[in-house]
Amino acid sequence: MKFVDEFREPEVITKTAEEIRRLADPDRHYRIMEVCGGHTHAIYRFGLKDLLSSNIELIHGPGCPVCVLPMGRIDDGLSIAQDPNVIFAAFGDMMRVPGTTGSPLEHKARGMDVRIVYSPSDALKLAKNNPDRHVMFFAIGFETTAPSTALTLVRAKEWGLHNFSVFCNHVTIIPAIRAILDSPDMRIDAFIGPGHVSTVIGCRPYEWIAKNEHKPVAVSGFEPLDILQSIVMVLRQLKAEQAMIENQYKRVVPWEGNSAALRAIAEVFELRPYFEWRGLGFISQSALRIKESYAEWDAEKRFVVPGVRVTDPKAAQCGEVLKGVLKPHQCKLFGRECTPEHPIGALMVSSEGSCAAYFNYEHRKTEMVTSISSMA
Amino acid sequence: MCLAIPGQIVELFPDQPTAAMIEVVGVRRKVDLGLLQDNLPVKGDWVLIHVGFAMSKISEEDAIDQMRMLRMLGEAEFAMEEVEGYGLEDS
Ligand code: SF4
Repeated sequence: MKFVDEFREPEVITKTAEEIRRLADPDRHYRIMEVCGGHTHAIYRFGLKDLLSSNIELIHGPGCPVCVLPMGRIDDGLSIAQDPNVIFAAFGDMMRVPGTTGSPLEHKARGMDVRIVYSPSDALKLAKNNPDRHVMFFAIGFETTAPSTALTLVRAKEWGLHNFSVFCNHVTIIPAIRAILDSPDMRIDAFIGPGHVSTVIGCRPYEWIAKNEHKPVAVSGFEPLDILQSIVMVLRQLKAEQAMIENQYKRVVPWEGNSAALRAIAEVFELRPYFEWRGLGFISQSALRIKESYAEWDAEKRFVVPGVRVTDPKAAQCGEVLKGVLKPHQCKLFGRECTPEHPIGALMVSSEGSCAAYFNYEHRKTEMVTSISSMA
Repeated sequence: MCLAIPGQIVELFPDQPTAAMIEVVGVRRKVDLGLLQDNLPVKGDWVLIHVGFAMSKISEEDAIDQMRMLRMLGEAEFAMEEVEGYGLEDS
């Protein structure tokens, strides 16, 4: 394990990895899903897979907000910004995500007014600084990000700023986990729960996974040791035939979540009856929309949105990879037509996407080994 | 949209109860404290920041570990770019 030395506590890492080996029944195959894209990134970057025996399989979950967004939503957002009076503002993560007619960045090159912002409140300030234009913030993210968009809308209302709107793509994690558990081609033994989503929602919303589905969950931090400890937690439970929610990330995640953040969400958003997820299809009550009391700032109400459904390019297998049915390199386009430089799917764009993580850490590693051995 | 960036509160504004000046590795920017309303941090506290909003209070030790982890993940540069990008009106 080449990274062990740079870890904060290498001895503890080695010990924890040993404990995982002791806990895992060699005759059993374990499928543990890390829900969050941040964990996927860390797992590849730190080569954690190499520390685990082959019967422990880490399945990458749907927790990369850029990756689960269907292409039609990007097209819809961009179509609003065809109006030269509209400024399209979004996080940098969105900029290279392909829509049917190109990414936001490519639209910018063709003359669309596209701006990167690092915070929704900066999109609001952009509106304040450009009173003659309309700023539309293309909002994405799970419960970690939704409260910030919500407070931004509260401020927009307080300031009486009318040249600002949000194109809301916020999604909620629990229904996605439910969809995965309901999916007939999935078999998951336990979950590594998303740490930063849980700072907002707390641990209680996962309780049904233990109670009704009898699967262990460990809400986890993002350091190598955090992830390994979470694996220990769920393996211990599986061994004892228990199922409960454990909070490995106590130093950041309060069991009850963040009440002010939850209030902000409740003030501005309500659940959509259903929302389409790339790879998972339509999931009921899985996304947020802006309440009627904030309709003035809802881009979907202010503008005509085509609402077209676009299917992904045929050979692209983003859906299967998102569900964890295929590993990134098993997609026919992986590393050939689809690379981080020329992404076909969003999973290859975002650093939290499993294809990009696999490409950057596993694929490049293998390529190097092959080229070195062919030189010898 | 980085994981979460650790920063220290270096200044509070009496006239703006939901804003704070934070410092991340020498860079100072204003962030929003609105999501910590129920448990407002004081000067010197460390917080985790996500898209310009302080999300939770953390210990100094955890803040140092978090920065170290961002560096190991290759995200530290993006994190700094993000922090430097905050606060349009000041630019
Ligand atoms: S390699 Fe590209 S097309 Fe294939 S699943 Fe990954 S992102 Fe989608």
